[in-house]
Amino acid sequence: MSKIHVSTSINGDAVEYLCEPEETLLDVLRNRVGLTGAKEGCGSGDCGACSVALDGRLVCSCLVLAAEAEGKTVSTVEGIAEGENLHVLQQKLLDHAALQCGICTPGILIASKALLEKNPDPTETEVRYWLAGNLCRCTGYDKIIRAVMDAAAEMRGA
Amino acid sequence: MRFESPDTIEQAIGLLNTCEGTSRVLAGGTDVLVQLRLALVEPELIVDIKHIAGMRDITAEDGGFRIGAAVSGAEMGEHADLVALWPGVVEAMELIGSTQVQGRATLAGNLCNASPAADSVPAMVAANAVATIVGPNGTRECPVADIPVSPSKTSLTKGEVITSIYLPARPDNSGDAYLRFIPRTEMDIAVSSAGVSLTINCDGVVTQARVSLGAVAPTVLVVEDASSAIIGTKLEDAAIATLQAACSAACNPIDDKRGTVEFRTKTAGVMAKRAALIAYSRAGGSK
Amino acid sequence: MVTEYKEGSVGAEFNKREFKVVGTRPPRPDGVDKVTGRALFGADFTAPGMLHATVLRSPHAHARIVSIDTSGALAMDGVKAVVTSEDFVKQTSSGNQDTLDNCMARGKVFYDGHAIVAVAATSVKIANAALKLIKVEYEILPHETDVDAAMLDSAPVLHEGRKFRNIPEGNNANVSGYWEFGHGDMDEGFAKADIVIERSFKTAATHQGYIEPHATLATMGPDGRGEIWVCTQGQFMVRDLAAAFVGIEASQLRVTASEIGGGFGGKTTVYLEPVALALAKKSGRPVKMVMTREEVFRASGPTTSSSTDVKIGMTKDGRITAGQAKLRYQGGAFPNITAMLGAMTAFASYDLEAVQTQAWNVLTNRPKQAAYRAPGAPMAIYTVESVVDELCQKLGLDPLEVRLLNAAKKGTLSSYGPTFDEIGLVATLEAAKAHPHYAAPLGPNQGRGVSCGFWFNFAGNTSVSMNINEDGTVAVIEGNPDIGGSRASISMMAAEELGIPLEKVRTIVADTNAIGFNDVTDGSRVTFAVGLATIKAARAAIQNMCGRAAQIWGIDADAVDWVDGAAVPTGHNAGDFPPMSLAKIAADSAKTGGPIAGHFEVNADGAGVSFGVHLVDVEVDPETGFTEIKRYTVFQDAGKAIHPDYVEGQMQGGAVQGIGWALNEEYIYGEDGKLQNAGFLDYRIPVASDLPMIDAVILEIPNPGHPYGVRGVGETGIVPPLAAVANGVSHAAGVRMTELPMSPPRILAAIDGAK
Ligand SMILES: Cc1cc2nc3c(=O)[nH]c(=O)nc-3n(C[C@H](O)[C@H](O)[C@H](O)COP(=O)(O)OP(=O)(O)OC[C@H]3O[C@@H](n4cnc5c(N)ncnc54)[C@H](O)[C@@H]3O)c2cc1C
Ligand code: FES
Ligand code: FES
Repeated sequence: MSKIHVSTSINGDAVEYLCEPEETLLDVLRNRVGLTGAKEGCGSGDCGACSVALDGRLVCSCLVLAAEAEGKTVSTVEGIAEGENLHVLQQKLLDHAALQCGICTPGILIASKALLEKNPDPTETEVRYWLAGNLCRCTGYDKIIRAVMDAAAEMRGA
Repeated sequence: MRFESPDTIEQAIGLLNTCEGTSRVLAGGTDVLVQLRLALVEPELIVDIKHIAGMRDITAEDGGFRIGAAVSGAEMGEHADLVALWPGVVEAMELIGSTQVQGRATLAGNLCNASPAADSVPAMVAANAVATIVGPNGTRECPVADIPVSPSKTSLTKGEVITSIYLPARPDNSGDAYLRFIPRTEMDIAVSSAGVSLTINCDGVVTQARVSLGAVAPTVLVVEDASSAIIGTKLEDAAIATLQAACSAACNPIDDKRGTVEFRTKTAGVMAKRAALIAYSRAGGSK
Repeated sequence: MVTEYKEGSVGAEFNKREFKVVGTRPPRPDGVDKVTGRALFGADFTAPGMLHATVLRSPHAHARIVSIDTSGALAMDGVKAVVTSEDFVKQTSSGNQDTLDNCMARGKVFYDGHAIVAVAATSVKIANAALKLIKVEYEILPHETDVDAAMLDSAPVLHEGRKFRNIPEGNNANVSGYWEFGHGDMDEGFAKADIVIERSFKTAATHQGYIEPHATLATMGPDGRGEIWVCTQGQFMVRDLAAAFVGIEASQLRVTASEIGGGFGGKTTVYLEPVALALAKKSGRPVKMVMTREEVFRASGPTTSSSTDVKIGMTKDGRITAGQAKLRYQGGAFPNITAMLGAMTAFASYDLEAVQTQAWNVLTNRPKQAAYRAPGAPMAIYTVESVVDELCQKLGLDPLEVRLLNAAKKGTLSSYGPTFDEIGLVATLEAAKAHPHYAAPLGPNQGRGVSCGFWFNFAGNTSVSMNINEDGTVAVIEGNPDIGGSRASISMMAAEELGIPLEKVRTIVADTNAIGFNDVTDGSRVTFAVGLATIKAARAAIQNMCGRAAQIWGIDADAVDWVDGAAVPTGHNAGDFPPMSLAKIAADSAKTGGPIAGHFEVNADGAGVSFGVHLVDVEVDPETGFTEIKRYTVFQDAGKAIHPDYVEGQMQGGAVQGIGWALNEEYIYGEDGKLQNAGFLDYRIPVASDLPMIDAVILEIPNPGHPYGVRGVGETGIVPPLAAVANGVSHAAGVRMTELPMSPPRILAAIDGAK
């Protein structure tokens, strides 16, 4: 069984890797590319900790075969900040103490970034439904929702 | 396991048809990858259909819409004209999984996974949707209702692939809706569900209706008694009550970790009742 | 929102202190790492030459292992080592032996998912393929997963021939623990009541549901020295158990705790760690193990399920005359004391003349339970608070007034023995009563639920070191994994005590060789006990620094005080010197005697119990039994909120876990004894769209046992929601709910049944 060669762009960098056909994009990001920011909470699409954007579309990287990323762009949590500058969402999660253990945080960031790109002025209900696939067991979501709403407000103002 | 992503449907069919072991078409992969992970299937061949021309397109056709087999739920939701024509089908599709799952999951995948609880299927069946299937013996059209034959089994034969699903044109003053019962607000599989599509005349009287139920039998149910209960009515309380009772009577569910027979039977009627009222108001009817 | 406590001698004394850092809301020190993906969690570690190991688990709920043949696996290319229970050292303590037997079944498998063999190979794929080549011959035995059924004489016995202590006559061989608490004359108490309600309740087992699965990486060379990196609530616990199981001395095993993706008590024991270490020993290579989510549910500890009978008597004006509870818990196949904690906490909120609780722990064919936030208390207090609510309903009394009338306070002889010191229940109840939530109107099909909650809190063994760096910054070294922002609070207490800006302090969680012993991060102990040790370590450093200043000034060390981060002479008599800052003293330290440090080691007590009151409004759909949480407010005594954001976070997170427990979470076993919902799709924890904002009102009734008045806040929050939601649903649905979870089918059946 031979490996598959994949050329892709991850957080703006051209990346090539060899993968097995059954490996997921999450496996490859974490085990071959060395980007451990995306987390595996379930491996079955239920928790959202592995969220990435694939060609700009929010997906669970545990539900994408690594081979499918050929020719595509992948954005992970490692690519959200620009150099030393945190993204507004990152800053707002910190300001609102919207993380306790932080294992869900990479997924929450990727998902809420995708939300605000599509809908800069979401209601609380819209934020809650958009993030329903991002499980957080620590916070009860309250501070996360506040942080995302606050980030949206600031990004609209800017 | 081998992974292929052919550019043409002919190549795809050739690959699938000549594979001796288990093969799987890969659309959004939201069922396939979970099955791989749990080692429920160990296919020899995976054929990704997303690079085949037309598979990712939503095209207007004869007043209806043809939805390519690799179009994701998110893309359907972003298509304003499609949403305007078949809001119930789109909302059913959009109920599937999370935003993340929406980025990948497809109508055809949902159909071919053949789960009794598949959300888009009752809505498609209520809409009289038709699948276009291409296989080693050419192309055929098949009503969506005839594709699932039992849990996890479809009527597709070896080498066949659904290339698109057609949602037909519909008369003015039509509306459809889909509702499901789940214990949480999101991220659950339907415990019972109902799709309703109907048309009314200028007096608000229902002239055509189709009512379907999910998760209450091995495959999607079409409940003729429920549609006849509301045809010729303005969804007065008595008509709605008859529809609800007809739906509950049609149920043939199982007891499992997601719900009891009793619960499914009762809530299927409730879902149908509520979906009918939404469809009616979408058709322009007022109560 | 923080409500200050104004009355009371202790409160007044504590409130005199003006805090500069404590009580503010600065960003947490590990925050940037966690929002940029840099933070390293359990599964993020790798080592050169690393192998991957996976585990063969029992498909049966109860079976004798007749034989295990691993030869096929060992013969496979890429397989480097295999271990079974034979590869571990027999333990002298039965508790440790149980933990080991849970890590690797010895002779018998006790539950679906019980580990039997582990294989280390060059990839996960090969390891999994090798598992399929292992032949295990089982003699299948009858099984039981229900707590009440396991107590019957007809039930299969799990541990034949094993004797448990203090079990009264008449109990079968599955009863592994029995406890009693209380005081007063029960008959007299019930005789005084105008109304007595007796009810039985059941609660399902729930899982902590941390999003990060268990993960570990172990190495061990032929020199017998090992290292483990692991997501755990206690690196010292891992060291002690893994070393003992593999048969090496504690000093030879260094354990480093990674960032931890949630624990809630579930990571206070070992599963993979000793196994990875044994495989590393055998293979001579680093071995990584990561559980799948399915394994987390099947084989790591959920909490107990329970079956409880409660009887409470009340006078017409709302005075509780007697309370009695019989609690039966099952926590899987090995003994545990959760039922005891349930019996201790059940009536803790009340000042009672007659109270009696009895508890049984019963062994069943389920995974070994692990601690889950206030273990034992939520299900016990749920039953009592449900009956109190029903009494209020029957008598037409206000549920908060009744609780105020009966509330435990300073001097109350608690239902579990000790007499309470300064406690915050009355203040918490009053805050709830005064809150607009309590007066807000309810809509159709809505109901409001109220419940009190209680948790002991724990202190325990703690070590902290503090180094004053030459540039005037401070390193705090502690040994308790940070599961919810504790490094922020510890740094804040260090900065407060030293009188320096918070930015000057960095707190790290050290490995087992870098700091003295620490109990696991549990019992809501870290901000209390590590905080206390940090303050004391700072005081030791301050004393040292005052000595240095005295030396420089040529005055007596006693004549130097520490004010606002600087040494100052105690008065004019001591000399007229300008304040000498920490930075200056640190810079000159080489000239005055060398590095400056402070440390403190203690087996602390005085944790200070904590009470909470929750208010919830629910709406029940009468046609489907679906419950929506419309509004939720938590009131809780924090003693002193060091970092109010993280106190609120604990309160909110606890409340939501409790909501999940009340409504949808449960372990579902089939007739075959297999777990049917080992995944997040069907083990339904609350998602963002299920919830409203959770309002958190912090009360500060200082704990006399802590220099700043801190009480633990991590656990109390999960206690009240079960009854609060159950009471709300019972009012909304018009029928008393007595079984958790109150899933829609159960609520609908109850509504229909009541018609
Ligand atoms: C977290 C999560 C939540 C979910 N929630 C829901 C839910 O709420 N409701 C629901 O109904 N489903 C749910 N699902 C299941 C799944 O997302 C849907 O069934 C989805 O529509 C499948 O589409 P897909 O394109 O991803 O299918 P795939 O996984 O790509 O394929 C599914 C099956 O169909 C076959 N197939 C796919 N396309 C074709 C084709 N064109 N021709 C022939 N065969 C084909 C595949 O071989 C496979 O057997 C959920 C899944 C996850 C992971
Ligand atoms: S790991 Fe992908 S959704 Fe949980
Ligand atoms: S912060 Fe721990 S899971 Fe979200």
